[in-house]
Amino acid sequence: MAVLFSRPQSLTDTPFRYCPGCHHGLAHRLGAEALDELNLREKAVGIASVGCSVYTNEFFNCDTQQAAHGRAPAVATAVKRARPECFVFTYQGDGDLASIGMAETIHAAARGENISIIFINNACYGMTGGQMAPTTLPGQKTTTSPLGREAAREGNPIDMMKLLNALEGPAYLSRVLLTSPGKQAAAKRSILRAFRAQMKGLGFSLVEILSACPSNWRMTPVEALRYVDEVMAKYYPPGEVRVAKEVLEG
Amino acid sequence: MKDQVELVSGNRAVARGALDAGCRMYFGYPITPQTEIAEYMSMVLPEMNGVFLQAESELAAINMVYGAAGAGRRVMTTSSSPGISLMMEGLSYLATAELPCVIANVMRGGPGLGNISPAQGDYFQAVKGGGHGDYHTPVLAPWSVQEIYDLTRTAFDLADRWRNPVFILLDGLLGTMMEPLRTREPVPEREAPSWATTGIFAREANDRTPRSIYTLHMPEGALTEVNRRLQAKYREIAREEVRYDEHFTRDAEVLVVAYGSVARSALQAVRIARQQGRRAGLFRPVSLWPFPEEALYNLSEKVQKILVAEMSSGQMLEDVRLATAPSCKIEFAGAMGGELIYPGTILTRLQEE
Repeated sequence: MAVLFSRPQSLTDTPFRYCPGCHHGLAHRLGAEALDELNLREKAVGIASVGCSVYTNEFFNCDTQQAAHGRAPAVATAVKRARPECFVFTYQGDGDLASIGMAETIHAAARGENISIIFINNACYGMTGGQMAPTTLPGQKTTTSPLGREAAREGNPIDMMKLLNALEGPAYLSRVLLTSPGKQAAAKRSILRAFRAQMKGLGFSLVEILSACPSNWRMTPVEALRYVDEVMAKYYPPGEVRVAKEVLEG
Repeated sequence: MKDQVELVSGNRAVARGALDAGCRMYFGYPITPQTEIAEYMSMVLPEMNGVFLQAESELAAINMVYGAAGAGRRVMTTSSSPGISLMMEGLSYLATAELPCVIANVMRGGPGLGNISPAQGDYFQAVKGGGHGDYHTPVLAPWSVQEIYDLTRTAFDLADRWRNPVFILLDGLLGTMMEPLRTREPVPEREAPSWATTGIFAREANDRTPRSIYTLHMPEGALTEVNRRLQAKYREIAREEVRYDEHFTRDAEVLVVAYGSVARSALQAVRIARQQGRRAGLFRPVSLWPFPEEALYNLSEKVQKILVAEMSSGQMLEDVRLATAPSCKIEFAGAMGGELIYPGTILTRLQEE
């Protein structure tokens, strides 16, 4: 009997424990499919971070390390330099990558560190119950911006694509959505390009995934998808912002 | 073996000890009075096919140590007091994940930004854990350039033997002074240990289960089990890794307890006291954790008094009090703010009844 659909080899059989409508499961799957397709599972060392992504090491079926909050790019830097023959990726949320770990993110990118990052931007701190993140949108209500984020009070959001695109180091930077099958396929193409950038030794690659967090947004999964498409994607426009030409070659 | 004596600084002896122990990865961030270690490593490691990386902060540096240690490499970082404080979170993770690595703290005056003079005010931080949670790291405290080299080599072996971070605790005086150094035959870097995340492909066919290095233990009872295992290991380290040095203790009536550069002042004071007819002795803890409790207790039963000399407000003093016989009189000679303790100060106290 022909197998038409199965779990990627790069995922363990541990059931996901994410909330209904959360995009972590999809993002894991796409990352794992990309590892499978590029035959990277056995070379891979995945770096988990802190937040809902803290369990990444239980779900990816490859060697993993769990980093302290925000430090995944520093850990990944060292793993890659310790074992250049390995494929090294991190999986981080927006609080981890853009707040507490901003220095590690920016400096790994500036060095052109040959690592790949899957960046989950759901505009809040998911694990701790939906507090304001650096990526929380103007007007967005969270448990620590209960009146809605206002620039004069809570400051402005940070657009990581703009910030990283100011640096020389990155070889590939892309922002994607998971709100429809077509967009999921495009997201996977971006992840494949990011991974290929590392395989070719081109330097830092990062894919930002605008992700739904229905539980903390106090929305149904369907409402959350609509919010990503209609509100988030307006503020954080999807698309490739940096593609070193060698990424596309061969 | 080459028989060659060189004149080098304590800082450089740290680097030389690490390199001769097969360490080929160094991550660090500049801070006085130990930046010379990073500068030296940046010069020699690239030629040795090693990795030198100047991190964006001490936080990044210690987490790079975590990554490299987890990937099975011999790795070290060095810093000085304020920088070591920044590394303490990482130390807690390293200890929990049981990753071998070596950290040298060339202590300067504190608290706060303090100053850049020699001090020993980070004793508590080093020997009591320092970061969050219940953990320990072995702490070695050399007192000469030669011993800095020797103990740095030892530190890497201890780190591997116990799968634990190991501290070298120095002060700015030891780091910056120059003395003759006789190096020993270097060893090559050891193979990756059996638990390291090297990528599945690097391993034999019967060893291809993915490995994970992590410190979150959420299932009921899991963290208790981790703590029990760690504490059992610490008890074993406490039994097997005690190191100390004694001078003129056999017939001593008065004993100085000091470590690091202060022990050098103490030894001179003890010698002069002896010339003057006072039977003084020096007890020098070399491992600050585990603290040489038993040896010190036995001496404390025999001497009239113990003088603890350290460049702090009295930190090791507490461990000495815990380790000594209740009948023993304990006195303290301290210095704070980066001031040194000179032999004359100790001598005066030894002359007192």
